Amino acid sequence: MHDLQCESLVKRFGAYTAVNSVSFNVPRGSFFSILGPSGCGKTTLMRMIAGFEAPSSGDIRIKGKSVLSTPPNKRPVKMVFQHLALFPMMNVGENIAYGLRCRGENKADIGGKVARVLDRVGLPGTEHKQVSQLSGGQKQRIAIARCMVLEPDVLLLDEPLGALDLKLRERMKIELKQLQHQFETTFLYITHDQSEALLMSDNVAVMNAGQFEQIGSPQELYNNPKTGFVAGFVGDSNRWSGRVVSLSEGKVRVAIDGGGEVTALAGDNRIAAGGSVEVFVRPEAISIGGGRDEVLGGTVESLLFNGASSRILVRMDNGHLVEVGQAVMDGSVTVSPGEKVQICWSQLHGRAFTTAR
Amino acid sequence: MARTDVGKLSFILLFAPFALWIALLIILPQLGIGYISLREKVGPGEYTFGFSNYVAFLSEPIYWNTLLRTAWMSILVTAMALAVGFPVAYYIAKIAQRRSRAALFLMCLIPLWVSDLVRAFGWIVILRETGLVSSLLQKIGLVSGPVELLYNDATVVMGLVYTVVLFMIVPLVSTLDGMDNSLIEAGYNLGGSRLTVFRRIVVPYAMPGIVAGCIIVFMLTAGSYLTPILLGGKNSMWFTEQIYEQFVTRYNWESGATFGVLLLVFTSFVVWLGLRLTGQSLASTVAKD
Repeated sequence: MHDLQCESLVKRFGAYTAVNSVSFNVPRGSFFSILGPSGCGKTTLMRMIAGFEAPSSGDIRIKGKSVLSTPPNKRPVKMVFQHLALFPMMNVGENIAYGLRCRGENKADIGGKVARVLDRVGLPGTEHKQVSQLSGGQKQRIAIARCMVLEPDVLLLDEPLGALDLKLRERMKIELKQLQHQFETTFLYITHDQSEALLMSDNVAVMNAGQFEQIGSPQELYNNPKTGFVAGFVGDSNRWSGRVVSLSEGKVRVAIDGGGEVTALAGDNRIAAGGSVEVFVRPEAISIGGGRDEVLGGTVESLLFNGASSRILVRMDNGHLVEVGQAVMDGSVTVSPGEKVQICWSQLHGRAFTTAR
Repeated sequence: MARTDVGKLSFILLFAPFALWIALLIILPQLGIGYISLREKVGPGEYTFGFSNYVAFLSEPIYWNTLLRTAWMSILVTAMALAVGFPVAYYIAKIAQRRSRAALFLMCLIPLWVSDLVRAFGWIVILRETGLVSSLLQKIGLVSGPVELLYNDATVVMGLVYTVVLFMIVPLVSTLDGMDNSLIEAGYNLGGSRLTVFRRIVVPYAMPGIVAGCIIVFMLTAGSYLTPILLGGKNSMWFTEQIYEQFVTRYNWESGATFGVLLLVFTSFVVWLGLRLTGQSLASTVAKD
C-alpha cells in the first residue's frame, strides 16, 4: 500500500519545465527524501503535492485517491515550511490547536490533543509559551507537532533544517528520524544536503533539472549510482574526465585527460569505445601505497585533518588533484607534503559514466 | 571620557531640532490654548479664570452635538477607508508582481502631489448642479432636471475617504509586506478556509498596521477643515468649522480655545477607547519592530 503516488507529474512555467515527468511511490510509514541542488524543481514538486501549484499534467494520489481536485486546505497532507511559518501572533498551544479548530473539533478534545502531541515531541507543558521564546530546535518540534496533531497521511518537510546552525542540525537529523518512527507517518523530505537525505531516509530520489535521476535506498545510491550526476552529487568523489580506450565484460579502460590509464566499472550502457566519460572514485576507496589493481603516481600536496574524514591531497603526475581518504588516521601511513607517493584502489571502486551533454 | 562627550554632543545636536519642534510648535501652543480656554473676559482687559467656557459648551446642545457628529462621521470615514484601503494594500503587498509594486504604490501617492484645495474643487466640478455627473445623468435621461450632488453628508464622507485613504494604505502595505507568504500557505495547509486564514492569520498579523492607519486617518478626518467645508457647504456642521467661527468670525478666542482643547481631548479619548476595545496598545502597534 502506498501513501503517496505521483504519476508522470509535469509542471511548466511558460516555456520553462520545472518538473518533467516525475513518477514515484512512497510506501506507507516510510521516510522518503528528494535530494537535489537548488533550482532542480524539488520545491515545485512539493508545492504540487501540497496543492499550492496545479500540475500541468500527471496525477497525484494519496492512499490511492487522486487529490488533484482537492483544494490545499482539504488535502490529508501537512507541510513543515522551510522557515517553519509558526504563527507569531499565537502562542504554542494556539499554533497547534489552529488546525483542530479549523476542523471544528470541540474545545475539550483540542486541549487534550494539544497536550498529548506536545508530550510526544518532548515539550510537555509549553502551551502558553510564546513562539519567540522557543529555541530553534524547539520551534522545529512545534512545527512538526502542529502538523502531526492532525494525523496527516503524509507529512511534507521543505528543508526544515536549513535555518539551524550546524550542531543543532546534526542533532535534529537524528531527532527527526526518531519522530518519524514514533508517529509512523509517511515523511516526504526535501533537501539539498545529501548527508541529511542519506542519514534519515528509507529511500531517496535524486533530482536534477526537473527529473529524477535515481530512486533507491541510501546504500544503493552511494554504492551503486546509476548516473554520473548521482555519483557526483551523493557523497564525495574524485572525478576525472577521459576517453574510453576499450570495453569488455562491464569494465572500461579509460585514458584520463592529461595522462594515465585506469580501469573502472561501466556505470551506464551508453559507454562506447572512443566516447568521452567521467570516472568517479570515492576518497575512502583510495589509499597510499601500491598493491591493488589501480595504481597512479603523484606528489603529496597537503594534509587536511578533519577527524574521521581527514584527507590527503595528492597532485597526480597527470595534473589532477586527488583526495585520498583511506588509512589517513590510523598512523600506518606517514607522509609529508612534497613526498612522492603512489595511490591505489580496487577496480571495483571506480565507476565510469558517459559525460552528460 | 572624550568619546562619551562626543556621543553626548551628537545626541544633543540630533535631538535638539526634534525637541524644539515639539516644544515650540506642539507643547507651547497647546499650553497657550489651554490657558486661554480657562480665561473668561469680564470687562475690557479684565479676566477671571474658571471652567465657565466648558460649562457654556455643555449647555449649548448645538456645540456638543457638532462634536459628536464630527466624531461619528470620522469613525465612519475611518471604517470606510479601512474597507477600501485593505484590499488595495493586500493587492499591492501580496498579490501584485514585485516589479509592478512600486508603480502601484506610486499611483496611490500621486493624488498627494495636488493640494487638498484643488482636489476638493475637483470634486465640486464633478458633482455640482452643472457638473459632469449631473449633465451625464440628464443626457442619459435618468433625471429630468439638474441634480445637486454636493452639500450632503454622503458627499462629505466620500470626499474625506478619498482624501485620507492613502494614509490607511501606507501603513497597511508596510505591515503586510513584512508578512511571510508561507504563513498564509501554512494557514491553508492546516485546513483553514479563506475566511479563517483572513480572520485568524492575516488580520492579526496586520493589526499594528490597521491600528496605526486608523489612528492617523481618524485624527486627520476629525481635524480636517477644507473638505467638509467645500463639499458640505455651510451646513456641514463640522467641529473645526465651529472653532474657526469662534476664533475668526466672533473673535471669541476663549471659546475657540475651549473647543480646540475639547476636540483634542475627545478625539484622544476615542483613540484610547478604540485601542482598548481592540486589545491593542500604542506600544505594540507604533513601536513594533
